[in-house]
Amino acid sequence: MTGRNEGFGAGNGAAPAANGRRDVTSGASPLNTIGRPMRKVDGLAKATGRARYTDDIALPGMLHGKILRSPHPHARIVSIDTSRAEALEGVHGVVTGRDMPTPYGIIPWTPDEHPLCVDKVRYIGDGVAAVAAVDEDTAIAALDLIDVAYEELPEYFDPHEAIAAPSGPYIHEPRKPGWSGNVTKVVKLEFGDVDAGFDEADVIAEHDYFFEGTTHTPIEPHCAIGLAEGDGKVTVWSATQVPHYLHRELARVLEVDPAKVRVIQPPVGGAFGGKSEPFDLEFCVAKLSMLTGRPVKILYTREEVFYAHRGRHPFHMRYRTGATSDGMLTSVDARIVLDGGAYASFGLVTTYYSGQLLTAPYQMPAYRFHSTRAYTNKPACGPKRGHGSVQPRFAFEVQLDRIAELLEIDPIELRRRNFIGANTRTVNELRVTSNGFLECLAEVERASDWKRKHRRLPFGRGVGVAGSTYISGTNYPIYPNEMPQSGIQLQVDRSGRVAIFSGASEIGQGVDSMVAYVVAEELGVPLDHIRVLAGDTDFTPVDLGAYSSRVTFMLGNACLQAARKLKAMVQGAVAEEWEAKPREVLLAGGMALRAGDTGTGMPLREAFNLAEAKFGTLGATGSYNTPKDVHGSYRGGTIGASPAYSFTAHVAEVEVDTETGFVTVDKIWIAHDCGRALNPVLVAGQMEGSAYMGFAEALMEEHIFKSADEGRAGLHNAPSLLDYRIPTSLDTPALESLIVESIDPEGPYGAKEAGEGPLHPSIPAIANAIYDAVGVRMDSLPFSPPRVWRALQAADGGKVSGRIGEAVGAGHAV
Amino acid sequence: MEVVRLRVNGDERSCGVPAHYTLLETLRYGLGLTGSKQGCDKGDCGACTVIVDGRAILSCITPVWEAEGREVRTVEGLASAVEAHPVQDEFDLNGAAQCGFCTPGILCSSVALLDRNPTPTREEIRAALAGNLCRCTGYEKIYDAVEAAAARLGT
Repeated sequence: MTGRNEGFGAGNGAAPAANGRRDVTSGASPLNTIGRPMRKVDGLAKATGRARYTDDIALPGMLHGKILRSPHPHARIVSIDTSRAEALEGVHGVVTGRDMPTPYGIIPWTPDEHPLCVDKVRYIGDGVAAVAAVDEDTAIAALDLIDVAYEELPEYFDPHEAIAAPSGPYIHEPRKPGWSGNVTKVVKLEFGDVDAGFDEADVIAEHDYFFEGTTHTPIEPHCAIGLAEGDGKVTVWSATQVPHYLHRELARVLEVDPAKVRVIQPPVGGAFGGKSEPFDLEFCVAKLSMLTGRPVKILYTREEVFYAHRGRHPFHMRYRTGATSDGMLTSVDARIVLDGGAYASFGLVTTYYSGQLLTAPYQMPAYRFHSTRAYTNKPACGPKRGHGSVQPRFAFEVQLDRIAELLEIDPIELRRRNFIGANTRTVNELRVTSNGFLECLAEVERASDWKRKHRRLPFGRGVGVAGSTYISGTNYPIYPNEMPQSGIQLQVDRSGRVAIFSGASEIGQGVDSMVAYVVAEELGVPLDHIRVLAGDTDFTPVDLGAYSSRVTFMLGNACLQAARKLKAMVQGAVAEEWEAKPREVLLAGGMALRAGDTGTGMPLREAFNLAEAKFGTLGATGSYNTPKDVHGSYRGGTIGASPAYSFTAHVAEVEVDTETGFVTVDKIWIAHDCGRALNPVLVAGQMEGSAYMGFAEALMEEHIFKSADEGRAGLHNAPSLLDYRIPTSLDTPALESLIVESIDPEGPYGAKEAGEGPLHPSIPAIANAIYDAVGVRMDSLPFSPPRVWRALQAADGGKVSGRIGEAVGAGHAV
Repeated sequence: MEVVRLRVNGDERSCGVPAHYTLLETLRYGLGLTGSKQGCDKGDCGACTVIVDGRAILSCITPVWEAEGREVRTVEGLASAVEAHPVQDEFDLNGAAQCGFCTPGILCSSVALLDRNPTPTREEIRAALAGNLCRCTGYEKIYDAVEAAAARLGT
């Protein structure tokens, strides 16, 4: 198998700067790749149908698998009889939980799930058995012939009830005697003197918030193919964001030497955090292939994608926020209950993130949070774009709006006053380097015409602002080790071509292109002379995966290091030829050029050949590991630490129909400090996609389950893309990206993340805009017409006629 | 298995399929034309969109027998032998394809639009793409690409 990129762009890869494509960045010239709008290395492959995703692969003799799923939210498995299924013509293999008894979990401290349930099922949809058959129809028919006897158990759907349960049977076995088996994790952390901070406060806002769960809904359903060869090697193709972690877990659970496991990650059709841990199908295709000796494919139905979930946790939050009369924060106290669903997933980290990631971009002299993650009998929650910090950010930015209102301070000005600054530490001791948040605020204030709109638009229309921060990767890997987080290998061919062997996961964010841009920039190679061979654990160095917005920062640095090693060799060889100094040799535009002497030059191919003659076969590796002094000195202080933080501000403009409660978002202005935009088109794409997804959560999306009154308790309410409503082109507001570059001292060319941070402020900006429009606070998501309508009714008996505070159209003191 | 005959991207093709197969299943699993994608298998997402007799249709809810005798055009049939269709090229230039999974369907909807309306407004593009869910882009870059392609096709 070759790498996943089958197309390499056209010409030299430069995309013309037109049609709003912003050629923004600092001093980029036509000879530069970095900072300019460029084609993607896989752009044309994706636009012509040539890119082959997992389900596009068919292997000779391939069988099709299906997974039998639990009809009960919580039950003991009394017995499973697979004999009738095995006897069906066309069925080649059946496996159950007993065939794979080793538990696993993406977080090594909470291995609480099995590929297929062993003793208990914990939600409607939990996998119980898997079948491999000659075709999908036969596999589906075989599922009906598997006899499972269940003994139903008490079920928990409300996290508060789950936590309060005085005794078992719990959803999981308690990890220690006397503990509840319905609690994944409790985190209580306090920084500074929180109570004294409230004593100093002139105003205190204390409110409850609820963030409804949402899910990722990548358009590509999960898919995996297993191939066990007779020599003990096992290969799994999978639509995963984490080939390396999958590699480890497959070896452990299947009890195969990791040296005999190969994971191939074809292009992934969207992930957003929803493919960032192992899933049942990956183990099942491997096990079924080991059993049958034939390749086995499982493709989830869309319904199964909803059961697999691992999406945004519902959060029940209470925030208490104190400030002085001039708007300076004095103290923040948060109490959070996370509804985790049936398994831990990343929940240990989510519980920390629910508090740890709130401490910028504003100064917080004192901060306390107390977060508890409950197990419930629903599909497991996990990381979705902006993992664990989107929910508290919603609550906190609405709190800030309330304080601004109480103090009659402009909400943007309030945020400016509390700016934490650059090159500092947060109250929970996280190191912050570059920080362009003030520029982000200035950009959205200018672009949205904020000063003329806030408090000044006619009743029913309003604007709202919010800010946020996010990590550029987690400082520590999921399993403790001292090895690099990202590695890369480059190899130069005599034709002048450079091959990049990258272990990173292309999930649409453009990482395969990013490494090509770095190599093109450093070596002066045209983009169409670069091959990115990626996503195969047999021939690429380890990168930990596409999660926590880590790849541009970490793999970009690794690639820069490798490219500069190669560059030094090429410069050295050419310098010898020219009797010049190595630094006088410039590599650009497909040529080696002599600085100050435009007449001297040679094609890069010749330069590479000189270097190969001098040094032997040309290649280089690069790696990146995180700095180790950037976290907190307390237990849990490593979680939330990142080598750099991005910053974002949004302004949303909305219109509220007071008769129906229908909210229309007309536009979101998105300003994001990405450090440096390596390709401004791709950065803007991440910003717009993030803001879109936040908008969707604000107004439309609800990952919810039926109650007993609605037919069947714990049944997914709407496991389809028709009923779980994600925005179409007609729903989505206009989105304007405003790129801010703070040039991070440690990022590759100054770059930081852009893929997750820009989601956060959409939701509170819309909530605050609704308040500006009609004077009601929306503290529960989503802001659907019934909820907004009820809030309007509650505010003024249905006779809302003006904002709280100033009269319509009047100026507002700032 | 029954034999179905289709005209796809200018080629006469035939293959054996189960009687319940959809056009999408036949294209993908019968003819190896895997460019058209399955995202939901029930007509909700638009990733399976292909062009039949000039109209963008959902191939995942079209029984394959309904496509017999018609002109089927998929994402693989948009480019010429030597170059990508301008819409395809502009998708790349504008960053309109991120994960790329909805892209084949959106391209078919866009080409069908431009074939019947060579100078669409942004609102008309929005309306034409209302049946194609994209989870990555927020749609702005897609509109940019279709507008740029329309401009190129018009010159």
